[in-house]
Amino acid sequence: MTALIRPVFALGATEFRVALRNRWVTITVALMALFALVLSAAGSAPTGEVGVDALSVTVASLTSLGVYLVPLMALLMSFDAVAGEVERGTLSLTLTYPVSRSGILMGKFAAHLTVLTIAVGAGYGLAAIAALATDPEALTGLPALVRLFWSSILLGAVFLALGYTLSAIARRPGAAAGLAIGVWLAFVVLYDLGLLAAVVADGGGVFTTHALPWLLLANPADAFRLYNLAASEATAAASGLGGAAQTIPAAHALISVLLWPVGAFGLAVAALRRVTP
Amino acid sequence: MTRLTLSQVTKRYDGVTALDAVGFTVAPGERVALLGHNGAGKSTLMKIILGLIPATSGQIKVLDAAPGSQAAREGTAYLPENVAFHPALTGLEQIRLYLRLRGCDPAQAMGLLERVGLGHAARRRIGTYSKGMRQRVGLAQALIGQPRLLILDEPTSGLDPVSRREFYAILDGLAAEGAAILLSSHALTEVEARTDRIVILSQGRLMANDTLHALRRQAALPIRLQISAHPGAADQVAAQLAGGRRNGVMVDLTCSHHEKLTRLGHIAALKGLIEDVEIIPPSLEDLYSHFSRRDDQ
Repeated sequence: MTALIRPVFALGATEFRVALRNRWVTITVALMALFALVLSAAGSAPTGEVGVDALSVTVASLTSLGVYLVPLMALLMSFDAVAGEVERGTLSLTLTYPVSRSGILMGKFAAHLTVLTIAVGAGYGLAAIAALATDPEALTGLPALVRLFWSSILLGAVFLALGYTLSAIARRPGAAAGLAIGVWLAFVVLYDLGLLAAVVADGGGVFTTHALPWLLLANPADAFRLYNLAASEATAAASGLGGAAQTIPAAHALISVLLWPVGAFGLAVAALRRVTP
Repeated sequence: MTRLTLSQVTKRYDGVTALDAVGFTVAPGERVALLGHNGAGKSTLMKIILGLIPATSGQIKVLDAAPGSQAAREGTAYLPENVAFHPALTGLEQIRLYLRLRGCDPAQAMGLLERVGLGHAARRRIGTYSKGMRQRVGLAQALIGQPRLLILDEPTSGLDPVSRREFYAILDGLAAEGAAILLSSHALTEVEARTDRIVILSQGRLMANDTLHALRRQAALPIRLQISAHPGAADQVAAQLAGGRRNGVMVDLTCSHHEKLTRLGHIAALKGLIEDVEIIPPSLEDLYSHFSRRDDQ
């Protein structure tokens, strides 16, 4: 291992151990598994009426679940990352070691992303097993589930990085927690409500036809939802929300889903560079 | 050849001058105590040496490199004031991490913890440690990889007297191997015997930088003579020596260094009236007060 990778690996392994001890792994896996099973149970009822396989129905439900739950879990894991170290005094100590600031962040990122991957994998895996058990046609929905899986990890990566950014800006764990909740509300709830209000006020005008698609793509949570709904006809049909998805090509949503993690991580590194230990 | 060279180091923030043209050096094998009130600029100076914050002006050389450079960081160990490690990790896991960050074998962790007297608690979580034990974890990480320069911010705060002695024994060993040590402290009596040179900072300015012996000579503070008189003779002793009475039997005198023998002669002449004499040289506290105040007056 080179001198650049070694500290990232060491920090990541330690951070993962902390996540295990703090029961973040247990909590996130249990949460995802529980919600996935509930959705599978609820989703198995209308299968016949919509005319798509059970797994596609589940994927549609999981998309709506993931868009709330994955960012929340990511922010809860990341808000303390910098502020907690500043408060304990370990950030200044670690910075006197031959480790770069981006290396410190990468170590934490790798560990937290691993936890999210395990949780999301467990939840979606259970949902797939439940769907396959009830509907032999469910295998046709598997590509949609795989797509949902990796795009959920990317969505989690965005909010992990945003959490580090807030943590570095706030510098105190309490303030960082408050900001994290605010960011979650803004991206996942208020943004859509704002757009909805604007569309209603606009009455099908220029805003709805021209600005709205771009505004949806600008929000990583909306882009995630659009991508998963647009990429699979069965999922779109099952969700009954195909309208918005059809006006925006899946490729555009995919670009947003791919660009956001990179941009957000860059933002986090920039924020950490500004922290004076 | 010095391990640390500071010259004209100045730090200003928001119109406040935290450090004002501070300059001194630390040589290999030398233990230097950095003394000063809270807010005198000790921690700021240490953070500048470590490259955590930039100086406004001045020259700093750490192991012949710029502060915060890769070469400087590889050879420098730091013990921050009141560091609290992650409570969910064990002492062993925490030290293993720091060994890996320095590119050392993590298997050395147990040996390091035993060296600071934490071998028995190595597998317990740091959350269960006392303040003194956490301070020892901090010391253990500072010993990793035979550092050539150690920067220790209040290293003995929270340690009991026995632990302090063990701590200074470890420092003596490091200095004997050639490490340069800069440590800050409030506990003046302990640095008195355990350091080679004393640097006093007051309001960001360097007030003194010398050995304790030389500082005593420079300050020329009075020596105290404490005489215990026989019961009932205290008034007579005080009158004859023109000294001040403290209580029923004690008489206090002060004199300068060159008067000492003459005064002792006077006291010896009264030997029928007195039981004992104690000579009290100016303490480090006295010297510290003298040097940290001298510009204000």
